[in-house]
Amino acid sequence: MGREVSESCVESLLTEMVSSYCTRFYADKPDLAARRIEAIGYQVGHQLSERYTMERPRFSDHLEAIKFICKDFWSELFKKQIDNLKTNHRGTFVLQDNKFRWLSRMSVDPSPENTGSAQDPSTDENKAAQATSMHLYFPCGIIRGALSNLGIPCAVSADISNLPACSFVVRIKA
Amino acid sequence: MAPAAPRSGDAIFANVERVNAELFTLTYGAIVRQLLTDLEEVEEVNKQLDQMGYNIGIRLIDEFLAKSNVSRCVDFKETAEAIAKVGFKMFLGVTASVTNWDADGTSCSLVLEDNPLVDFVELPDTCQGLYYCNILSGVVRGALEMVSMKTEVTWIRDMLRGDDAYELQVKLLKQVPEEYPYKDDE
Repeated sequence: MGREVSESCVESLLTEMVSSYCTRFYADKPDLAARRIEAIGYQVGHQLSERYTMERPRFSDHLEAIKFICKDFWSELFKKQIDNLKTNHRGTFVLQDNKFRWLSRMSVDPSPENTGSAQDPSTDENKAAQATSMHLYFPCGIIRGALSNLGIPCAVSADISNLPACSFVVRIKA
Repeated sequence: MAPAAPRSGDAIFANVERVNAELFTLTYGAIVRQLLTDLEEVEEVNKQLDQMGYNIGIRLIDEFLAKSNVSRCVDFKETAEAIAKVGFKMFLGVTASVTNWDADGTSCSLVLEDNPLVDFVELPDTCQGLYYCNILSGVVRGALEMVSMKTEVTWIRDMLRGDDAYELQVKLLKQVPEEYPYKDDE
């Protein structure tokens, strides 16, 4: 077993990174903040997959590489594998983690109390959803970085319509 | 009598949820790199890393108090020992040593010989002036402020700058007496 640190180190660092980008550096530009957070994830994924594939033969096809992400790569990061993998066999893969660790301790506050009377109640929901999605740019970046290091350019997005499950949708660029 | 403060964080570290340190190290590295690109000035990056650390420290102190079982420290010396032996260990898995006390016991150094933040790190020449680990000084400052100690935390030695260890000087500026949120006669 390699070196370890407490999980709260990683969690605090991620929370603070997301909050710095969203509330301090690019407070008025959520798109830019999102891109920066994704870029940080990309860098990390790229480096990690380089390390974790050092001793492996090349992957023979896309599916093999995706399976590596679902099993070995995910286990290194979260001590569990991806729970479900689906594909349309035309370059789109859906990786579902039933209890995604980085969201399991996030509370989304759906209570209407904080809503000003004049406000549309959906605004708060939007805000909460936006905050959660900001946190997801990082793991999306990690997956994109890891696959890109394996020679697979792709786009990655996340779907959290049934929390705490989280699905990552990988679309491989033809 | 209160139980004696633990002298090491080994047992606590063994019991907390832990993750692969590579993820932590590479994530921190990627953040520093991105900040250098976005903020351009090395000075500004130092400042922002310190601010991020401070924000983390003011939250991490709660976890430290909840899990460490450290009882109230009688003086700054005990506080410094608790940070070095228990705090660093339970979060980063490494222990710091406390040295270089000044005569009145208000300033000391925390020395780290092993530092998980810098595995795989080499600074290019363009980053002269960067305090790569500045987040750590912020964490210590933030955490201490939450237990009523105003401190100034500065880097004295830095292995990325060619020194033989990481040395953080912690200077106690002011001990703020705890205030009740209400007056006695109310």
